[in-house]
Amino acid sequence: MSQENTLTATDQKSVAELKQIASQVRRDIVRMVHAVNSGHPGGSLGCTDLLVALYFRIMKHNPSFSMKGEGEDLFFLSNGHISPVFYSVLARSGYFPVSELATFRKLNSRLQGHPATHEHLPGIRIASGSLGQGMSVAIGAAQAKKLDGDKSLVYVLMGDGELEEGQVWEAAMYAPHCKVDNLIAIVDRNGQQIDGSTDEIMNLGNLRAKFEAFGWRVLETDGNDFEKLVPTLEEAGQLSGQGQPTMILMDTQMGFGVDYMMGTHKWHGTAPNDEQLEKALQQLLVEQASDY
Amino acid sequence: MKDFPYTESKDTRSGFGVGLHELGKSNPNVVALTADLTGSLKMDAFKKDFPERFFQVGIAEANMMGIAAGLTIGGKIPFTGTFANFSTGRVYDQIRQSIAYSDKNVKICASHAGVTLGEDGATHQILEDLGMMKMLPHMTVINPCDFNQTKAATIAIAEHEGPVYLRFGRPVVPNFTPADQKFEIGKAVMLNEGTDVSIFATGHLVWKAILAGHILAEKGIDAEIINIHTIKPLDAQAILESVRKTRCVVSAEEHQMNGGLGDSIAQLLAREEPLPLEMVAVNDSFGESGTPDQLMEKYGLMENDIVAAVEKVLARKAK
Repeated sequence: MSQENTLTATDQKSVAELKQIASQVRRDIVRMVHAVNSGHPGGSLGCTDLLVALYFRIMKHNPSFSMKGEGEDLFFLSNGHISPVFYSVLARSGYFPVSELATFRKLNSRLQGHPATHEHLPGIRIASGSLGQGMSVAIGAAQAKKLDGDKSLVYVLMGDGELEEGQVWEAAMYAPHCKVDNLIAIVDRNGQQIDGSTDEIMNLGNLRAKFEAFGWRVLETDGNDFEKLVPTLEEAGQLSGQGQPTMILMDTQMGFGVDYMMGTHKWHGTAPNDEQLEKALQQLLVEQASDY
Repeated sequence: MKDFPYTESKDTRSGFGVGLHELGKSNPNVVALTADLTGSLKMDAFKKDFPERFFQVGIAEANMMGIAAGLTIGGKIPFTGTFANFSTGRVYDQIRQSIAYSDKNVKICASHAGVTLGEDGATHQILEDLGMMKMLPHMTVINPCDFNQTKAATIAIAEHEGPVYLRFGRPVVPNFTPADQKFEIGKAVMLNEGTDVSIFATGHLVWKAILAGHILAEKGIDAEIINIHTIKPLDAQAILESVRKTRCVVSAEEHQMNGGLGDSIAQLLAREEPLPLEMVAVNDSFGESGTPDQLMEKYGLMENDIVAAVEKVLARKAK
């Protein structure tokens, strides 16, 4: 793969453009889950701004997908249930046709309920969905880059409820010990999980203190405000290569952009009906909508 | 009955260690990971000579499997090393999602399988690992019989694209396979041609089957003995060719009857060539503490147990 094909600074979108793309991605998300009356809109909407910022502004990446991604930044989605946002952002970045979003969760689709590699969907490097595994995989990919002298970065997104899985803490202990400083982990801190709020189900406590105690450099940001999110991601990139992995605690609102889905865990895994879809689309306006 | 002379006894795990070290020299993409069991897995030589390609993960097998999966994305060929129990049951979901379903080129190398782990007892003596691993789509499952074969298998699986489970053990056993014998995944090895009964053995039970073959020969029974080192994909052709000649079958393995080699052979026979089958295996039981020999005897995994199974299956065949 040639470096010339990867996105360069000139391809980076402005915040105004990012907002338009995010709105289009959110339209995709609600339409995808509505079409099959299943899937996970809440977390997808909450993390839309992050994935849009990564794929349209921050990451060096090439939509002519190669598994290895030599010289490219890699992104891993550990909380695989928010596949709708991942699929939409990959399609809108040019990894596969936007029209394929219409096959989400349907029989014989490459867009499985949770991301999978077996049908070779471009942009997906590992199956995820069973929680707690993505950070370990990202560490391995990051260490492979180090062995090859590849200076690009590896990003991984996890849910906050996902931190209840023990494997996350095995990985959290390993990455600083092994100085995996080309790794940027992001926690989607929306405070919600299936059975209720994280405070109620399993209090996560002081995550900054926990990760710092494990040896991480910790940043905090607002995951639904590009003016804060983009500088934080840029800072994280600048901090790489200094002997420590970076953890971004990213506050988001589940369901962001659709008023009736916000501030509740009820839309974790529930699709909108026809009427609710209309209402959502009225709130997700784009200058030039290009719905699939 | 052919003789299988050998000059030394060695542990199969040392065959893994030597094979891994050779791979370190010949293939720069081979990397190794362990979860605090470098010495037990005989990975010291690799660690010493290729420290930058050796990953000590600590006692965190789930993380190790995930890291191994991630390393394959960068084109590496990771060999994970820990006990068979911690290589399979402890991390089944990690293997299932991040390795097998994702079709990652990870080599899961598992020592101390079965009751021959000995005194540590049942917590560590996994007898279900072959079953768990063979149920996973995409997974290749290999259980070599001695030092030479384990070394050859270790080297061979690096050339195979896809996830592999390589199972070996702790005790010292006769090293009788030719040092230069090429290891072919999925290709059974004919040890002794015979006409009365087919004995299909895997792992440590291959040597026991040879001992049984000599006892049977003295009794005038001409046993065909085949080493099934690859549990999956099963060499159906070799098995069917043999049983169509002998018309009765004994399987032998250091594993649960449920889910093991005998179970795979039973499926094949039921579909293709229904014939009497007796299984020498652990029958729905955990192991316990004891010396390896005591345990092999108590759990019915000795040459005499194979002889008894042959006599039983011959009686069924005669009916």
